[in-house]
Amino acid sequence: MSTPTSYPQDLAPEESVDEPDTTGGAGRTTGPPPRGLKGRRWWSEVGWRHVVGVVACLWALFPVAYIVSAAFNPLGTVVSTSLIPRSFSLGNFEELFSSPSVPFGRWALNTLVVCTAVVLVQILFSAFAAYAFSRFRFRGRRGGLLALLLIQMFPQFLAAVALFTLFTDFGEVVPAIGLNTLAGYVLVLSGGALGQVWLIKGFFDSVPRSLDEAAMMDGASHVQTFFRIILPLVRPILAVSGLLVFVATIAEFLLASIFLTETSQKTLATGLYGLIDGDRSNNLGVFAAGALLTAIPVILLFLFLQRYIVGGITAGGVKE
Amino acid sequence: MALATPTGSTRPLPLLVKVLGLGTAVGVAAALTPTLLLQDQWFFLVGLWVIVALLVATYATGRALPAKYLLPGTLLLTLFVVVPIVMTVQTSFTNYGDGTRTSKEETVAQIVGSSVRQTPDAPRYNLTVGTTGSTTDGPFTFFLVDPETEAAFAGTPEGLEELDPDAVTLEGGFVRAADGYEILTGVQLNDAGPALQDFTVPTDDGTAIRQLGISQAFEGTTTLQYDEAADTITDTETGTVYTVQQQGDREYFVSPDGERVSDQSWTANVGFRNYVEILTDSRISSDFLRIFAWTVAFATLSVVTTFGLGLLLAVTLNDARLRGQKVYRALLIMPYAIPGFISLLLWASFYNRDFGLINDVTGLDVNWLGDATMAKVAVVITNLWMGFPYMFLVCTGALQAIPGDLQEAARLDGASGWDGFRRITFPLLLVTVAPLLVATFAFNFNNYNAIALLTEGGPYSPDNPTAGGTDILISYTIRLAFGAGGAQIGFASAVSVLLFVITGVIAALQFRATRALEDVN
Repeated sequence: MSTPTSYPQDLAPEESVDEPDTTGGAGRTTGPPPRGLKGRRWWSEVGWRHVVGVVACLWALFPVAYIVSAAFNPLGTVVSTSLIPRSFSLGNFEELFSSPSVPFGRWALNTLVVCTAVVLVQILFSAFAAYAFSRFRFRGRRGGLLALLLIQMFPQFLAAVALFTLFTDFGEVVPAIGLNTLAGYVLVLSGGALGQVWLIKGFFDSVPRSLDEAAMMDGASHVQTFFRIILPLVRPILAVSGLLVFVATIAEFLLASIFLTETSQKTLATGLYGLIDGDRSNNLGVFAAGALLTAIPVILLFLFLQRYIVGGITAGGVKE
Repeated sequence: MALATPTGSTRPLPLLVKVLGLGTAVGVAAALTPTLLLQDQWFFLVGLWVIVALLVATYATGRALPAKYLLPGTLLLTLFVVVPIVMTVQTSFTNYGDGTRTSKEETVAQIVGSSVRQTPDAPRYNLTVGTTGSTTDGPFTFFLVDPETEAAFAGTPEGLEELDPDAVTLEGGFVRAADGYEILTGVQLNDAGPALQDFTVPTDDGTAIRQLGISQAFEGTTTLQYDEAADTITDTETGTVYTVQQQGDREYFVSPDGERVSDQSWTANVGFRNYVEILTDSRISSDFLRIFAWTVAFATLSVVTTFGLGLLLAVTLNDARLRGQKVYRALLIMPYAIPGFISLLLWASFYNRDFGLINDVTGLDVNWLGDATMAKVAVVITNLWMGFPYMFLVCTGALQAIPGDLQEAARLDGASGWDGFRRITFPLLLVTVAPLLVATFAFNFNNYNAIALLTEGGPYSPDNPTAGGTDILISYTIRLAFGAGGAQIGFASAVSVLLFVITGVIAALQFRATRALEDVN
């Protein structure tokens, strides 16, 4: 099972999205280069599309504008916040880093630790398994692949109660991995260790087998072939899967809210939630400031990796 | 892979990694074994050594190459996904929850133990308290020293055991250290007070040891006696016999005139009772059916609206003559890149009736989150905003994968743009996108965050605090299990199992639907 995703990204699109149009202008409308269309004809064939696009962007972005406005609003309440900022202050950000009841830095650090650990475990173990499924033929291979697909349909938190009980018991034996520990929380999320197998396997299949066979002829062991030859070749898909796991982990809320209840152990998701849950209308400013600081790195990462996302997923889906 | 080269790792580095890894695993298991033995955690003990055996068998031999790559992930998947699922199924057949968390044996021991009376000649012990878990919740162990003989004992709710003098450190007649235990300090002892109040160590028939003050314990006689054969508790002072009786979904020891000896009950198997209750109890089943209907509606609407908007935008913006396509795409995926919990909490503030952005901008006075219907609309609108970028990406990709000459041919045959789209492009696109639509449906079916963070399941009507107007099955389940109104974990597990079944059916349908669509082409 994968970590809870914000959308079923694991079953990600296998198509190119932003690739240069190499299929000969495929798509709804094929046509000549933009020049040559004038006036009315331009409006009826292209211009209106800009209108739709701009309206859609406004729809997509107005909450973002609101966050920014609320974050810099010195009053920081629902009442005083509007789409367009009327005044400017850094007070909300100051509170994030100085108020003892809002240890934002600690939450960010916790989140970073959790995300890094989960991403590493999921990507490494998924890559291992994908390698086995791609390169070896063994009994139960097909069954295993199908079972993985099926198990991933069940969100892990459906068993939240059992996980809670299990980790209560763990905590009695080894307090370091019990409830309210980041290590325990990471372990829970590691249940999704094989979440990226299908995506990565698709990419492995597209790497010619002759490469690893040649390496082994030269005397490399399996492990060496895997780490030195294959892994560097599949780096793009590892980056993409890593991003998807990262985004899903940073947004994971339910298990965190059950497992991490002490203020100092919270992640950004549960910490910021607690902030606004206490007083939905008056803590908005501080929440928005925290949200902004959380979202900006993720957005940048997303934009930066956008073409790799498309490229990685496309290549991953090419074969088989 | 029959190659002439050595397949096992005989090179120094991999060998070292292997030895260190396996050594650590065996070491950790060995270190944990005494604690597990002390706590009678047989399930964990066996599990731990099975895992170690699997690791050694896989990595210390040169065989089963695929297993070496599959084992780590599979172990984690089994431990934290499969085992919890099995546990959930087991729990669904019990009445586990607040007031029934202990086993019957422990409950009887507690009831009997709490009736200990101190007699003038009762033996006393020097007491320190140790724990293998947390200092506030235990599990606790009484370390008792007989002041005359200096003999040390360990007492748990299961009984008294004489300790090997070498395993503990005695100082001034008190146990000051014990292997595998943390000895509580005075302050910690004070904090643990409530938990220790009911802590008794049963000794021989009719006697038990109980805390007296902070560093003393006494052995007294119990006024209540448990008769195992008859399964009754007798009060030796009044002669009242308490028998086991079913009251509601749990059992208690009850006297002939209907008085309970204690409000403590215990975990019992209730068979299919939880399931029967969901389906037949009129109140629960009407809640359940109403929530089920809304869950289906919510998942369907989420898919239809996001797919509709995503497709519309994809078709509109997928035109080679349109300048700035990349800019539009980068901006339109923004809602997808913002972590979901932020968006949901933000939107929750937009719906504030008096000051929220939506009423403010539109000039409406809609009680968004206070009215069940409007709250549902709010949930769908929010989910549309969060979900359309994914569909937009998917549809754009699918559109670009459809060969352009197919549409060209349709156009030459005289089909209008709309006809061409409806008859050629859309069916082809659906083949690619259909599995993702079903997956999205399954996802939204269990989209806990969208409900919990936006409406918390509300609004609630005053006469029904457990099932809110926008609750979907998962949010309802989680509240049953962890909610403030007393945890009904057994019952919640039964709802979870039903959700598993429903999700499984959806998954099966998806497999079938996908294959059917592939057959078409």
